[in-house]
Amino acid sequence: MPVGTAVVLPDSEQIQNPGFPPYRPRVSDLDPKKARSNERRIALLFAASMVGSVFAIVAYIVFPINANDPGSIRLNNLFLGLGIALSLLGIGIAAVHWSKALMEGHDLSEERHMTRGSEATRASAAEVFHLGNKESGFTRRKLVRNTLIASLALWPLPGIIIFRDLGPADQDANDVLRHTMWKAGTRLTKDPNGVPIKASDVTLGSVFHVIPEGLDDREDALEQKAKAAVLLMRLKPEDLHVSKGRENWNYHGIVAYSKICTHVGCPVALYEQQTHHLLCPCHQSQFDITHEAEVIFGPAKRPLPQLPITVDSEGYLVARSDFHEPVGPSFWERDHT
Amino acid sequence: MATSVPTSSRRKTGRRSPLASVALLLIGLLATGGAYAAFTTSASASTPASEQAQVSEGKKLFEANCATCHGLGAVGTAGVAPSLVGVGPAAVDFQVGTGRMPMAASGPQAEQKPTQFTNTQIAALAAYVGSLAPGPAIPSADSLKGGNVSTGAELFRVNCAMCHNVAGAGGALTEGKYAPPLTGVTAKHVYEAMVTGPQNMPVFNNLNITPKDKAAIVAYLQYLDSHPSPGGLDLGNLGPVSEGLFVWIFALGAIVVVTIWLTAKPN
Amino acid sequence: MRVTNWAANYIDERTGMSGLVKELGRKIFPDHWSYMLGEVALYSFIVILLSGTFLTFFFQASMAETVYHGSYAPLEGIKMSSALSSTLHISFDVRGGLLLRQIHHWAALLFVASIGLHMLRIFFTGAFRKPREINWIVGFTLFVLAMAEGFTGYSLPDDLLSGNGLRIIYGMVEGVPVVGTWIDFLLFGGEFPGDAIVGRLYTLHILLLPAAVVAAIGIHLVLLVVNKHTQFAGPGRTEKNVVGVPIMPVFAAKAGGFFFIVFGVIAVVAATVTINPIWDYGPYDPSPISAGTQPDWYIGFADGALRLVPPGWEFMIGPYTVSLNILIPIIVLVMFLVVVGAYPFFEAWITGDQREHHMTDRPRNAPVRTAIGAAGVTFYAALWAAASSDILATHFKMSVEWVTHIIQFALIVGPFIAYFLAKRICLGLQKKDREIALHGFESGRIVRLPGGEYIEVHRQLSEYERWRLLTYDDYQPLMLRPNERGRITNAARLRARMSRWFFEDRIAPVTKGELEASHQHGGH
Repeated sequence: MPVGTAVVLPDSEQIQNPGFPPYRPRVSDLDPKKARSNERRIALLFAASMVGSVFAIVAYIVFPINANDPGSIRLNNLFLGLGIALSLLGIGIAAVHWSKALMEGHDLSEERHMTRGSEATRASAAEVFHLGNKESGFTRRKLVRNTLIASLALWPLPGIIIFRDLGPADQDANDVLRHTMWKAGTRLTKDPNGVPIKASDVTLGSVFHVIPEGLDDREDALEQKAKAAVLLMRLKPEDLHVSKGRENWNYHGIVAYSKICTHVGCPVALYEQQTHHLLCPCHQSQFDITHEAEVIFGPAKRPLPQLPITVDSEGYLVARSDFHEPVGPSFWERDHT
Repeated sequence: MATSVPTSSRRKTGRRSPLASVALLLIGLLATGGAYAAFTTSASASTPASEQAQVSEGKKLFEANCATCHGLGAVGTAGVAPSLVGVGPAAVDFQVGTGRMPMAASGPQAEQKPTQFTNTQIAALAAYVGSLAPGPAIPSADSLKGGNVSTGAELFRVNCAMCHNVAGAGGALTEGKYAPPLTGVTAKHVYEAMVTGPQNMPVFNNLNITPKDKAAIVAYLQYLDSHPSPGGLDLGNLGPVSEGLFVWIFALGAIVVVTIWLTAKPN
Repeated sequence: MRVTNWAANYIDERTGMSGLVKELGRKIFPDHWSYMLGEVALYSFIVILLSGTFLTFFFQASMAETVYHGSYAPLEGIKMSSALSSTLHISFDVRGGLLLRQIHHWAALLFVASIGLHMLRIFFTGAFRKPREINWIVGFTLFVLAMAEGFTGYSLPDDLLSGNGLRIIYGMVEGVPVVGTWIDFLLFGGEFPGDAIVGRLYTLHILLLPAAVVAAIGIHLVLLVVNKHTQFAGPGRTEKNVVGVPIMPVFAAKAGGFFFIVFGVIAVVAATVTINPIWDYGPYDPSPISAGTQPDWYIGFADGALRLVPPGWEFMIGPYTVSLNILIPIIVLVMFLVVVGAYPFFEAWITGDQREHHMTDRPRNAPVRTAIGAAGVTFYAALWAAASSDILATHFKMSVEWVTHIIQFALIVGPFIAYFLAKRICLGLQKKDREIALHGFESGRIVRLPGGEYIEVHRQLSEYERWRLLTYDDYQPLMLRPNERGRITNAARLRARMSRWFFEDRIAPVTKGELEASHQHGGH
């Protein structure tokens, strides 16, 4: 038996194993009366299980589900469940109690053998491989062997290739992720009812959850919404720190930012009207709306993209253009156009 | 009295800017669209004389209990407490009625506490603050009724759940602030919170969420309050976190106790 | 009796089953509570299969849009996918449907939890050592498969909570350099959310993954039979025997009964405690989200890893974006799992021990291994706690920023503290064992010797009790020896250093000589 390089205490130093301790008899072993009472107890538990099963069937009928009454579902769930639980626990506890109190209680010992096969067995196993090789010429006929290996390596490839159409064939991910439904003149409307928003509706301290006009008519409404969802709020114009080139992206302090987190894409929807912080409830990234949604805490790196907005002739808020960068989580080719 | 279009800028911590009044003016002018709804929610049914008495009673209460921080005439104290001119009776009714005001100690936000005033006193305080400048009114009992539960649930998910949790269990905000649980909050206070935007909560004016939709949200919250979870105990509606703790501590805990019994030597 | 005899004969004449029964029927299974944990996992899996089959009869794994008209008023007339609508139908219109859903989900949480506890038991008792390394790998694979089963199942109802979970997965995959967006488009069939993912996850959830789990459980159990179960040291027990109760009848009754108890406990929980109230969450929609959005507990460590990343971990290589804020957590998680999976081989290499081990260690008798385990548990716990940072914040009245910073600190420093403490505690316990073995317990009885001296009487252990404390392997650090070619390789040097780290602080077991000396001394 291989020992390896471990250094262990030599056998002579070790203390002798004292052998099995004497059997400690149980009450049921000593007193037939106790054994009988245990027997009764076990039978009682099995009987409790039967009661549970019947109770569950009765509960199924007696506690039906009534339409528009969650209370009836609660009762159905509770009593059916408790009945089933009683029927299960009765059997389980009875069986275990039986095994502990009444079944033969002596510990038994079984011999253990080394896991590896005996030398003779190993030799015959090696012989099998040897014969296999000899009779097939596996190592001798190199050409056959090598072509076999090569063909085996190639055959799964078609099986991998056919999975290509799991993804759409005609879409360039980079292109699709780059564009949203917003374009110049698209009205900002309320989520979920699609009512357009006037600039005057957006009072200081309020926040609007916004979708582009016409979203619901789209076949791919959810995919579009996953990119186009926007949060709209009004700050005092002097609280906004507007960078060069974005001067006309807000409308008298009304700003619109993508609601999709630049970390992994949860909706960043928690707006604090006094601190002007936005918080993502998934990973706690925080964005400062007064500083163009720059990250002030958490794992996100990039600010939320801003949607340039203005009003149309009727006073409704509209987008000036699409976002100027891809919304949502970063991806490898996002700045590669 | 007044429109329920909020003027939350006044409640910003102590800072008053000239633009706030410009905004207020703007809002006042543009509120015509929401005015009809606003007028229907007006709660003042009392006669001018008793109204006057109520206002002066409120003034006395205010000076005794609130003016230390909010200043005489409720104009606010820079860096301590905001001006209450224009916050409207709804804000007073919410803040005092939920015990948030008077504030116990400075902290990340005002905590909900047992109310310190009687309903009559709160009404008087609200009337006084309402008399200073127009602001959101206390909603009438009628305006809280008859909302559609499923509309309310949908609006709640879009506008409220991100802070208050889908089941209204509350949640964390930044820097120690939090959105409180909504279970057991009265319909009136829910409604007032939406129109006044207390603390860091945004304002949901009547053009954003119409009074009918607000009633729907209230209806949904009342549905949650009056219908315990069909599945049994709700574990505080905290989602997978409480479920995970429950399974480790109670389910697996119970089963480990069983394994110990199972393998213990019998008597 | 005649019928049973006839049936047994009928089957044996066609299968030769009698041989198997003879071989396995009286196999011995040792009794210890911690040996039952794997069974909890097995039984909860059976419960999952039973309840899951029921659910498949009603569930529609389709993202096709439908309008809900059912028993739950707050969702009346709301647009949702067939997946959610059918899950609501199961919950509110099928009698017992909600119960089965809750049984299924609770059993799933219990399945992964019991696997975790079972793995901890195996780890801390050294039961992964030769010849059981392969079975550790099989079990580890089961752990990973169980997490995959759990996550795919969690995502099926297409509710707001699970939808945001999938959104996070999509976003994480997007962060993988070069191929991220391509993989996303393949997995989801295009842009998020698309209309394919629920159906695809369903196939994985009810076909591929369960088949893999069943196969792995099969291998796991066959290897268990082949290797026989380990046992704790005890009088009469050696490396060459296994002591306990026979499968027929005692163990069969215990284990069979235990299945019903585990199922019963799950049923009680499912009858009384709500899990995953999808009716509160509502349909998935990319715009809303709930405060306190978390994955089920076993994915928590991954979510926590994402939360703990400090701001700014993203940079550009030319026009390409490298999202370290996603990559580093993924790498850390994969590394953690690899270390867990590979640990038996690592320890075997350090100890250089090639003997078979069938006696489970008491954790104190392998102080460094126990300390490594404690460090690992602390690391995992920090990641796990981070996944509920917002809920910790509201419940302990702290700011979420502080909770995050404290857990960031705990993630880095915690494992070292845990390592140090665990090792010291183990050594202390070993010392105490040694004292007790040599001198017995302090009985609390004070006697006065004839000379006037007061002593406390020590109660000596019986030889059976003492044996439990005495017997464990006492390794010593490897000697650095030149190999056959007379050279000392760098690998050998590293190994010797690791071995020193592993074994330098040790408490030697009591030797025969010491015991005799103590007894002659009169042993007070």
